[in-house]
Amino acid sequence: MATAERLKLEHIVKEYPGCRANDGVQLTVNAGEIHALLGENGAGKSTLMKIIYGVIQPDAGSITWNGHPLTLQGPAHARELGIGMVFQHFSLFETLTVAENIALSLPADQARDRRKLEARISEVSEHYGMALDPRRYVNTLSIGERQRVEIVRCLIQESSLLILDEPTSVLTPQEVETLFRTLRQLSHEGCSILFISHKLQEVRDLCHRATVLRQGRVTGECNPAEVSTDDIARMMVGNETPLSTRVEPRAPGEVLLDVSHLNYRTSDPFGTSLQDLCMSLRSGEIVGIAGVAGNGQDELLRALSGEALVSNDSITLSGVAIGQAKPGLRRRLGVAVVPEERLGRGAVPSMSLVDNSLLTAYGEGMVNKGWVALNKVRDYASRIVDAFGVRTASIDSHATSLSGGNLQKFIIGREAMQQPKLLVASHPTWGVDVGSAVAIHEALVRLRDEGAAVLLISEDLDELFQLCGRMGAICAGRLSPLVNTSDLTIEQLGQWMAGDFPSAAPSEVSHAVA
Amino acid sequence: MLSLERRAVDSRAMQWASPLLALVLTIITGMGIFMALGKDPVEGLTFFFLTPLSDTHGWAELGLKMAPLLLCAAGLTICYRAKLWNIGAEGHFLMGALWASVVALQLGGQSGPWVLPLVLIAGIVAGAVWALLAGLLKTQFHCNEILTTIMLNYIALNLLLYAVHGPLKDPYGFGFPQSEMFAAAALLPKLIPDTRLHIGLLFGLLAAVAVGVLFARTFIGFQLKVLGQDERAAAFAGFPAKRLTLLAFILAGGLAGLAGASEVTGPLGQLVPQVSPGYGYTAIIVVFLGRMQAVGIVLAAALLALTFMGGEMLQIAMALPKAITGLFQGLLLFYLLTCDAFIHYRIRIRRAPKAVAGEA
Amino acid sequence: MDSVLITNVLAATVVAGTPLLLVALGELVCERSGVLNLGQEGMMLMGAVIGFIAATSTGSLSMGVLAAMLGGVLMAMLFALMAITLAANQYAAGLALTIFGIGLSSFVGAGFVGQSIDGFDKIAIPLLSDIPVIGQVLFNQDLLVYGSLLIFALVFCFLKYSRGGLVLRAVGESPEAANANGLKVLPVRYMAVAFGGAMAGLAGAYLSLAYTPMWTENMTAGRGWIALALVVFATWKPERVLLGAYLFGAASILHLVLQGLGWNSSTELLAMLPYVVTIIVLVLLSWNPARTRLNTPLSIGQPYRPSK
Repeated sequence: MATAERLKLEHIVKEYPGCRANDGVQLTVNAGEIHALLGENGAGKSTLMKIIYGVIQPDAGSITWNGHPLTLQGPAHARELGIGMVFQHFSLFETLTVAENIALSLPADQARDRRKLEARISEVSEHYGMALDPRRYVNTLSIGERQRVEIVRCLIQESSLLILDEPTSVLTPQEVETLFRTLRQLSHEGCSILFISHKLQEVRDLCHRATVLRQGRVTGECNPAEVSTDDIARMMVGNETPLSTRVEPRAPGEVLLDVSHLNYRTSDPFGTSLQDLCMSLRSGEIVGIAGVAGNGQDELLRALSGEALVSNDSITLSGVAIGQAKPGLRRRLGVAVVPEERLGRGAVPSMSLVDNSLLTAYGEGMVNKGWVALNKVRDYASRIVDAFGVRTASIDSHATSLSGGNLQKFIIGREAMQQPKLLVASHPTWGVDVGSAVAIHEALVRLRDEGAAVLLISEDLDELFQLCGRMGAICAGRLSPLVNTSDLTIEQLGQWMAGDFPSAAPSEVSHAVA
Repeated sequence: MLSLERRAVDSRAMQWASPLLALVLTIITGMGIFMALGKDPVEGLTFFFLTPLSDTHGWAELGLKMAPLLLCAAGLTICYRAKLWNIGAEGHFLMGALWASVVALQLGGQSGPWVLPLVLIAGIVAGAVWALLAGLLKTQFHCNEILTTIMLNYIALNLLLYAVHGPLKDPYGFGFPQSEMFAAAALLPKLIPDTRLHIGLLFGLLAAVAVGVLFARTFIGFQLKVLGQDERAAAFAGFPAKRLTLLAFILAGGLAGLAGASEVTGPLGQLVPQVSPGYGYTAIIVVFLGRMQAVGIVLAAALLALTFMGGEMLQIAMALPKAITGLFQGLLLFYLLTCDAFIHYRIRIRRAPKAVAGEA
Repeated sequence: MDSVLITNVLAATVVAGTPLLLVALGELVCERSGVLNLGQEGMMLMGAVIGFIAATSTGSLSMGVLAAMLGGVLMAMLFALMAITLAANQYAAGLALTIFGIGLSSFVGAGFVGQSIDGFDKIAIPLLSDIPVIGQVLFNQDLLVYGSLLIFALVFCFLKYSRGGLVLRAVGESPEAANANGLKVLPVRYMAVAFGGAMAGLAGAYLSLAYTPMWTENMTAGRGWIALALVVFATWKPERVLLGAYLFGAASILHLVLQGLGWNSSTELLAMLPYVVTIIVLVLLSWNPARTRLNTPLSIGQPYRPSK
């Protein structure tokens, strides 16, 4: 008999006001198969996944499970059938223990005996090489450990289909290896795996088959090991979009930003304090900092933007100490920041693009003795939209009406047009479509070429290797040495991301002479 | 089956229709209440809405009651647009009334054009300080402003009662808790002679205009808006959250304090325990009904001033309890919030989800 | 100090603290599910007036109590409709409930102002009430006080040991994660809000049928607001609510105690005491925002719009 079809989706359609998230999608996953679902952000992967997991209902189409037609009545029903979901932004309760979290997802009768459940958790997690202490509170676990809880939860429910949504975006390269070992073992034991990702190399390493989505439709199906990454990328983005930016190297100039023994104790109980950070940036260079989320990136950004004040001398810009300067003053001195959250920090969601321009560009002559010159603000907003290719109905549209990529282009444009000396960008292409990502990369390179210093904080290693002249990693609030990208291997970077580096090497603190 | 569906874009039409719809629903409910009480609904509505406005005297009274509502609402609008939930207008009002009275009585024998401004300034400062207290509790100690301002309201009321039963009591007042009458120099000039309408109404209208301009054209207004809509963005932009918060409280307190001072130097001419029939709380409804916009709050203040007069009219003409005013106002706010939901949602009649066709 | 005085003061403290305890326990459960209901004053007043009217009309105090709780639940359901189903601004909806409740209760109770009724009597529990001091304080109280202590025990066990309590805490921390786990967020929140309404109604009934057996407008005098502060003070833990309720109860009767001791001070100034104490307590608690954040149900006050 041919390999059993575990899950089969046919002609799945799901519409939302204004867009067709899924447009006639076909997908088949066999027993024991690791199947990749590929597509860039906005292609419809999340929607499809929510349909498979029973969170939303499709408008049309059929689902067949192990040969039988199926209408899912919700996540609990999906779980009963053996469909297990590991979420990208975990669905765990931080103030409860591992065992309590898992108990909540089991039917009440199975969860009654707490001690038996705890024993099972220890047993299952060890069997798959992911040891867990069931009594620990989730808010004390690292991100990698939290992912293990999600996976163990599915395993205890005896899932025969495991869905993983972008699982490796929060792992170091070494942790990715451990995860892949576990997944291969599961697949060997007959469990099917649906692996959602946009990382082509990983998909080629791990998956048996792949289905590619673009704008809600299936644009290709293949065995990823037999196809080049460029071909898969073409299936994801079509033929018109450039796949990457060409970046010419450039020789950097004099030191612009000097961070010297920066210490920052965070008051947030879930935050990460910065310890003795040292780095310097020169004009005309892009420096990258890699790292898994939650290792101090946000605190570093806040220390540089002025949202958090530190000792005055720990940060100097062109010789001027700015550690105690508030954001407004830093902006006047030439510091621009693009935060990780574009809606709800970088831009006010309910306000128009015009108002959002005024948010940070108020030093550009738009405010006169307390009165706002509306025409100047509108003019500035129009110029951003034109120069940076922002697709929007009008400059009066709310920030929420723009797609992620367009809003990010707007924010980058707003900062770049203030001609900053230093731009700090945190995860600038996260959740952004490929076309906008390329445009954003080009904008960063342009800034560099105009003489600015750019600090790029990101989880996307491809992006970092492509754009940065020098790179390092941040882990648990400590910064690794920053070395030339050409001298850095991904294994070395992976080790640094896991914290395996000596304390600030003296050579980093030296002020490079042009 | 009926279900609520989120709209892709908020409905502009509903934003303006909602207050009107809420009013209509309130009126319909009101008619139902009249009938349940065995009274003629049409007669009841006429006495409530129309009779009070049947002569110039009535319109003057409307303006009279609008003034404190408008002043308080203008101040609260500044706070609410910054999402500072200041429930303390009643307390600021009472403190304004109290200290204006103190100064007016101190200056008893004096006359001259400087007396009244001094009295009013005392009221403004008192209200501003009272609000500043709540503001500081928030900025320095992170105390929730809803709870602190309400507590301060009760404290202010008790201070006023203490004053009127004690230090400020009129020795010739037959033991009633009230102060002496103020000298003529400390009284607000009238807007329309032979009525009780005083220039307090002008203060109110000016305040509404000023608030409108503040938010439309000034950078401080912009900063307050951002603070209210997204405080992380405000921090990111470097807007001084603490200073803006304190400013909003001071302005709200000063305006409500002026309202209190106007009330004692205007229609009352003295300090009495019942100086406010709940203006500070009704002003909250004015702000929501008026969509936190200058024009809106003027119209809403007029409507709610009318409800006070209507309640009094119903008490006289139909022997209904005066509490009908509070009931009406509460209903209005309730319906408003319900109708506001339809700015974001619409009703959909949806058949059960299509059965997913199986395939052999 | 004379032990009779101490006993009387403590007994009065328990009595004064009981309405606060009831309302605060109800709001605690409500807030644990992530919903902030500012409408306590309105619900309590409706409970008080409905309970009073029902008791005087039927002649039965228990009918009064039941009617009051039902009234509280109905008022809470209006709030739930706005805040949960329509996902409106919870602060505004709660304020609306308060203003509406104040107005409606004054209106409905207009014909009953100043009337009084034979309220709940104290019932001494045999043997236990003979213990010196504690006996009179805890075991010679009326039925509703005993009820309040029972309810406290039930809420405590529910939150700590039952699956229902686990589900409630989960929903309050993250409705999105709860939904993804297959838990039904909206029904859980509706039930939590309903419980809060029942407790507020019961507290109101206590005021008009036991504490001062009569009806007057606004007889809650801000207790609903104090209860809200109390829940924050207790960092959402029932045992601390118990402690805090009696603490505030003590503050509210302090002026009677001082007058009893011969201190003559203005009634109005002393009546300010509970409100001043509330502010002081708020300051002490909120001083350190990180600490507050650690204990607050994470999703509190934010409307939840389930995705379809």
